[in-house]
Amino acid sequence: MARLSGFQKEVLSLYRSCLREIQKKPIETRSNFKGYARTEFQKYLSISKKDFNAIEYLLRRGHKQLKIYSCPAIRNIY
Amino acid sequence: MAALRSTSRLVASSKPLFRPAIFARGYATVDSVAQDPNPSQTPRMKTFQVYRWNPDQPTEKPKMQSYALDLNKTGPMMLDALIRIKNEMDPTLTFRRSCREGICGSCAMNIDGVNTLACLCRIPTDTAKDSRIYPLPHTYVVKDLVPDLTQFYKQYKSIKPYLQRDTKTEDGLEYRQSPEDRKKLDGLYECILCACCSTSCPSYWWNSEEYLGPAILLQSYRWLADSRDEKTAERKHALDNSMSVYRCHTILNCSRTCPKGLNPARAIAEIKKMMAAH
Repeated sequence: MARLSGFQKEVLSLYRSCLREIQKKPIETRSNFKGYARTEFQKYLSISKKDFNAIEYLLRRGHKQLKIYSCPAIRNIY
Repeated sequence: MAALRSTSRLVASSKPLFRPAIFARGYATVDSVAQDPNPSQTPRMKTFQVYRWNPDQPTEKPKMQSYALDLNKTGPMMLDALIRIKNEMDPTLTFRRSCREGICGSCAMNIDGVNTLACLCRIPTDTAKDSRIYPLPHTYVVKDLVPDLTQFYKQYKSIKPYLQRDTKTEDGLEYRQSPEDRKKLDGLYECILCACCSTSCPSYWWNSEEYLGPAILLQSYRWLADSRDEKTAERKHALDNSMSVYRCHTILNCSRTCPKGLNPARAIAEIKKMMAAH
């Protein structure tokens, strides 16, 4: 596998931390969370690798959203 | 009977409120008939260039959008112009505003190169020159003119901006202060935390993670100087490192830009003095 760029590593690590947080949610709603996380990442698959500003912004937004959704009071997502 | 009288007075006093033309217009738009005794006056068109960026299209670059307004029909302040643009020309323009009189600090933005509150900034009457409006510099932008102040508020929280005291007063009443002690807080308590000064500080631009910035240090000094606060030593200890205070290199952009006319640089100097004696 080709060496990953810094951004690619960051995106992957954000996705991994999303998956980890999903493991803390109730078992019956995990698939909802997973579907949501996947679609959020898939929405921006077409972004150019060199569009640093956009990727940086989306990473920041992703981290913010992850922080909000990892609150234990949130038990389901639609 | 007394209640009856008070209501009747209310009705009587409300009468002169019924003036014509007051209810017919929005506040940002000036009623040209009332304002302008000479209707043949030529329109004074001024161009406003406003920073636009939409987070829903992250691949699109930020751009400047021009709006032309007739100053005869616009209120005197920048905020009036922005509200008029939003009401009449482009409802997608996004900015924060609340009190329109410089007490809430919501409308802090960079106008013609100076951080200020849009509601306290007069529109320059020179119509030949464009006015350029940007969000606060070196902040993450949420949308258009709305900056993300999360870090700023986190730092404010970190200085514990509330009265810390373990002992009660002898009579169990409120904590009293002599007029001299109260005077020390003048020029400090007026700060509305608009973030104009912090975002104008080059030192804060490069070290915003660790350097507290002028606004937060001013607040910090407000609690250090308070005669009622008993945790002064702890507060000083929390600031006693190379980053929190000592990234201030007395550039003095903060005092120049403060829209409320305060002097954060003086407060920082006072903190440095207290720390030196400590």
